[in-house]
Order: sequence, then structure tokens, then C-alpha cells
Amino acid sequence: MEITEKDVAHTTSKLRFDDIKKGKVLSVKWEPKLNYAWDNGPALGRYLAELKNGRIIAKKCDKCHRTMLPPRMFCELCWRPTGRWVYVRDTGIVNTWVVSYVDWKAGRLNIEGGVRPFTPAIIEIDGTSKGMGILHLLDEVDPWKISRGMKVKAVWKPVKERIGAITDIKYFKPVK
Amino acid sequence: MRRVAIVGAGLTKFVRYAQETPKELAYEGVRMALDSCEMKLSDIECVVHGTAPDAFDGVHMKGEYLSDASGAYRKPYMRHYVGGGTGVLSPIHGWFHVASGMFDTCLVVTEEKMSCAYPHPAGAFLTIFDHTTEQPLYPTLIWIFAIEMNRFMTTHGYRKEDIALVAVKNKKNAIDHPSAQLAAEITVEDVLNSEVMAWPVNRLDISPTSDGAAAIILAAEHVARRVTEKPIWIDGVGWALDTAYWCTRDLYYPDYVEVAARQAYKMSGIREPSKEIHVAEPYDPFTYKELHHIEGLQLCKRGESVQMLVDGVTQRTGNLPCCPSGGALGVGNPIAATGLMKIIEIFLQLREEAGKRQVPGKPTCGLAQAWGDLMQVGTVVVMRS
Ligand SMILES: [Zn+2]
Repeated sequence: MEITEKDVAHTTSKLRFDDIKKGKVLSVKWEPKLNYAWDNGPALGRYLAELKNGRIIAKKCDKCHRTMLPPRMFCELCWRPTGRWVYVRDTGIVNTWVVSYVDWKAGRLNIEGGVRPFTPAIIEIDGTSKGMGILHLLDEVDPWKISRGMKVKAVWKPVKERIGAITDIKYFKPVK
Repeated sequence: MRRVAIVGAGLTKFVRYAQETPKELAYEGVRMALDSCEMKLSDIECVVHGTAPDAFDGVHMKGEYLSDASGAYRKPYMRHYVGGGTGVLSPIHGWFHVASGMFDTCLVVTEEKMSCAYPHPAGAFLTIFDHTTEQPLYPTLIWIFAIEMNRFMTTHGYRKEDIALVAVKNKKNAIDHPSAQLAAEITVEDVLNSEVMAWPVNRLDISPTSDGAAAIILAAEHVARRVTEKPIWIDGVGWALDTAYWCTRDLYYPDYVEVAARQAYKMSGIREPSKEIHVAEPYDPFTYKELHHIEGLQLCKRGESVQMLVDGVTQRTGNLPCCPSGGALGVGNPIAATGLMKIIEIFLQLREEAGKRQVPGKPTCGLAQAWGDLMQVGTVVVMRS
């Protein structure tokens, strides 16, 4: 039963993105107004509260002895409750990174117009267990000079602007 | 457990902006599958449907919406979803129904219409990330794949110009696929010079946004022998999820693919996958993913997939052809339908009915694999003639 051109000829693609944009095609526009209020739970709740204080806090598992970020109430590897809280540093190293020319909707950044590409990275925070990274952004660095293992430090928002969110850290920047 | 065979398959053309509705696409895929083995819907005892995020089609509870088109009217019906891994979980889900003895036949349908999401389906993915620790940073899928590709490259010392060969190979293979959306003869330079999306990912490193559907028919042995002289057996299945704390895994290697593959190999009695698998369809939504998955599937040692590619081993005429269909990069990537397209390619290859795409050497054992969720699921099916 070889699949041939004739078999698939029925699927048609004559529409173009422009046809939708110009309203030539019947389309429904709907702004979803679905509002959510997410509870943080005890682990992330304390994590966020400490971010507001300008500190990063992690949680330890007494069985595998990992110091985990973000903190969690149960260890997903040992499947048991985690133990004590420990403050970790606000420095770390770049595990891996990206130089992104697009935003979250795949919209193009105006790079030619001078907009700096986004440089998100996984950062392994000093004081946590090896490989324990968090997603954040890098800045104050030439995007093309970022390297694996580069030492970085958090740049915090001014105290008054902090709200208890991951964005209380504006970004991470290189340090010697 | 009973033996389960694939006895028929259907695959629509993959396109951007299909005029058909999601239901019509699913209907076409099913009709082709039934026609291919001269079966009627009344011969089908149950239906499973694989389709990825509801946000693509913009229909909440998309499984229910697609049930009529999938031929599920007043039949036992289940929808499953593991992101990009869905299309290879689909035959596994169908396999359960028949292997268990519960049903003698099962229709497996996958559909995706990504073009409904406007302006771009990428935006639909923001809410797969953790709402407290990640969403405030506005991550996108392209970022996280680029992050993974970079870790893969820096760990093994792989070069972008070598990885680009995957796009060259797969888009060329797709020229011979009647369903292909992005078949082309391109060069490594074309890939490197294409628009930077999120370095190290360029435009031609990525599979397209696609619409399409695929379907297969599964049957227990006594039915399969009646329906066809060339049943293709589902001989091993495996699937596994890694932790959703994706930043705490070393992204250079897909452990979950290894776990899934080992499960499938054990079931199929495979000890040396690189020798015993004759043709493979690893999931290739990005160029590096084909290589990443080849390593996870134990088809080569860690850090050796690029050499295998450069040496031509994975070409259609090589010792271990990978993505002879043209893959997601060439045929297109309507998420759930892509995985099943890969299953169908192995089905056709093992029946020696792949036409111009046929790999030489009369293959008798093949494999298809997909990957998805938060870069955490591996789904693997081993098939034999
Ligand atoms: Zn533990």
C-alpha cells in the first residue's frame, strides 16, 4: 500500500497568514479572560518571601542529601518529605544558555534596530547540589561572550520594588 | 499478552494553513487507513486518539470534539496526550487495548491543526511552564530547545555546521514523500545562513508549524492474518517521564529516552540495538534532536552521533537509516500526527512498500520514537515484519 500523491491530494493549503490578517477569512477573535490565583504552597512561598529579602533559600533532602532549588516539600527522586532550609548564595555558574532573537510568542525582536537579544540561561546556584540549576536571564554581558561555566551574580531590584517573585532578581551578570 | 499487528495506515498531506477543519483532517486520515486494508468502521471495536495541546486547535476537550471524525461514535474511546511524545504513545495506547485481549481491533488516530493558533502557536506554550518560578520570565519552547542544544554541543564539542547535516538529509529524504510540507535540496550553508531564532537554533534547524492527521489500524493475530498477508508486529513498547524540574537535569543526554528504549528492547529481545535495528525514525523536531535521540536510543555511544551522521551511516542508503521519511524537519510536524507518521514509515519500510523511500537490505526490524512534554517524555515502539 504505497502512499501516493493521489492519496493525499485532498488536503489543501490555499490560505495564507495575510488572508487571516486582512479579514478575508472568517475568523473568531476571543480574548480569553481566564484569571488564576495560584497558591504558592509552603516551599515556594518561603522561596518568594526570601527573594523579597534579597536572599535565595533552598531545601535539603535528608536521604539523597541534595540541596534543592527551587525548594520543594517533597524530594521527587526519593519520594519523601524534604528536611531543613538552607540559605545559598546569589552567585553561580552558567550551565547552558541561548541568544534569543524571538520573544515568547515567536515574535521577532528588532535586533537590527539595536534591541539586545534575550539571553536566558540555566544557572547553577552556588551552595546547591551539582547541576541544580534555575532558569533566569543574563545581562550586562556581550551575548556572544557568554561561556559555559562563566561565574555570575544576581542583580536585585531595589528593595522597594521587590514583590516576592522570581523577577525580584532582575538578571544575573558576570563576575570575576 | 497477545501479539498485535499494524494492518493498515493512512496519512494526510502535511500543510501550513489547511483549509480542512481538525475534524475533517482526522476523518481523512481514518478513511485512508480503513481503505488501505479494506476494512470498514464496523470492523473496528475501539478507538484511541492522540492529539497535543487543546490550545492549538483552540478547542478545550479536543478529544471529545474529534471523536466523531475519529469514527468513535458509540464505541469505547480514549484520548491521550504527552506533548510531542503523543504520536508514538498512540500505538502503545492502542496496543494495550488489543494485547490485553479486551478488543480484537483498535483504530489509532492522531490529529493536529497548529495553524488555528494566532499569530503563532508558540504562544500557546507559555502556560506549560511553572507558573511561579518560570512563567514570569516569559520562556518559550525555542529557548529551552536552544538551551538543550547548546548543552549538547558544549558537552561533546559538536559543531553547528555538522548538526546542520540533519536538516540537509531529512529535507532531501522528504522529496520522495507525498505528504511532505518542507521537502527541499538545501546545503549546510543554507542552514547556517537562515534566520537566527535563538542561537544555536537557526530557522532551518526547526521543523515547521503543520496541520495534518495520521491513523493506523491494530489487530489481534487471528484478525491480522485474515486482513493482510503482511502484518507488521508491534514487538516492543516503552515510555518514561523524567522530572518536570527540567533545569536540574543535565540536558546533554535524554535519560528518559534511554529508559523507554531499554524497556522496548527488553520486551523485543534486542541486545545490540545498533546492529539489530535496521531502520529508525527518531523524533527530529530540531536538527540536534535526531542526534540526541539516536544517543538515547543506544544506536551509538554518547558523543558519537555526529560522526555517524558525517560518515553517512544514517543516510537512507547507510547502515542505519534514520528518518528515511524525511522526518519532522522535511515531512512536517503536526505534533501528535508526526509520531504516528514515523510509525507508518516503519510500517511501510518493513513491508517494503515505501516506494522511492525504501531503504535497501530488506529490513525486518525498525523503531520509531517521539519526545515531548517539558523535554521529559520518551516514547519508543519496536516493530518487526
Ligand atoms: Zn532525595
